Amino acid sequence: MTNYMNLFLEIILGILALAAVAGFLRLARGPSLPDRVVAFDLLATVGVGISAVYSMAHNQPVFLDVAVVLALISFVGTVAFARYIEERLKGGTL
Amino acid sequence: MKSLILQTASRYLMVLLVIFSVFILLRGHNEPGGGFVGGLLIAGAFALYGLAYTPKTARRLLRLDPRTIIGVGLVTAAGSGLAAVWHGQPFLTGQWLPYRIPFLGKLGTVFFFDLGVYLVVLGTTLLVLLTLEEE
Repeated sequence: MTNYMNLFLEIILGILALAAVAGFLRLARGPSLPDRVVAFDLLATVGVGISAVYSMAHNQPVFLDVAVVLALISFVGTVAFARYIEERLKGGTL
Repeated sequence: MKSLILQTASRYLMVLLVIFSVFILLRGHNEPGGGFVGGLLIAGAFALYGLAYTPKTARRLLRLDPRTIIGVGLVTAAGSGLAAVWHGQPFLTGQWLPYRIPFLGKLGTVFFFDLGVYLVVLGTTLLVLLTLEEE
């Protein structure tokens, strides 16, 4: 039973890694600044998922705290970016 | 930026961030965590509050000037090292209370050093962030 669970978790880690690659592609290519900010937020969320699944797969409860802190702090970062974009819009250029 | 959603959400998030930063500060000696990470977290809480409302409101919520917090933290960290000199041991040697306190565990000067680091990181980060937000 636990064998199947571990295999399952490893597959999830692989899928999350693919999502991270897709996010990095959008971060590098994104035509406009908002695209890049959304990609950045996606990468942070994927990071939360990876640390949560990793803590389950390898029985390391410490990584759950990493997931909580990353989720809380990445929100602050995204809000700061949104504010920056808003200020730039007021200036006229994006 | 006046967003009612963000302002309401930031109040709840701020409570979470402050609780978590204190938890990480207290856990710090034997497990991952400590003064530096805890200070960064609580600085993030005040930065979020300053973004949702105004930097002025965040300063009023903080009560003290960030520079005062840096000073208090430095004095706390240095003072925790002096306790060892009082007992005739090298500077910054850990001194522990002989008995355990319920829910907290053993209290020692190491905790006060961590508390000093916590305050210094909080003050420095907020000094930078609030000044930048006020620009």
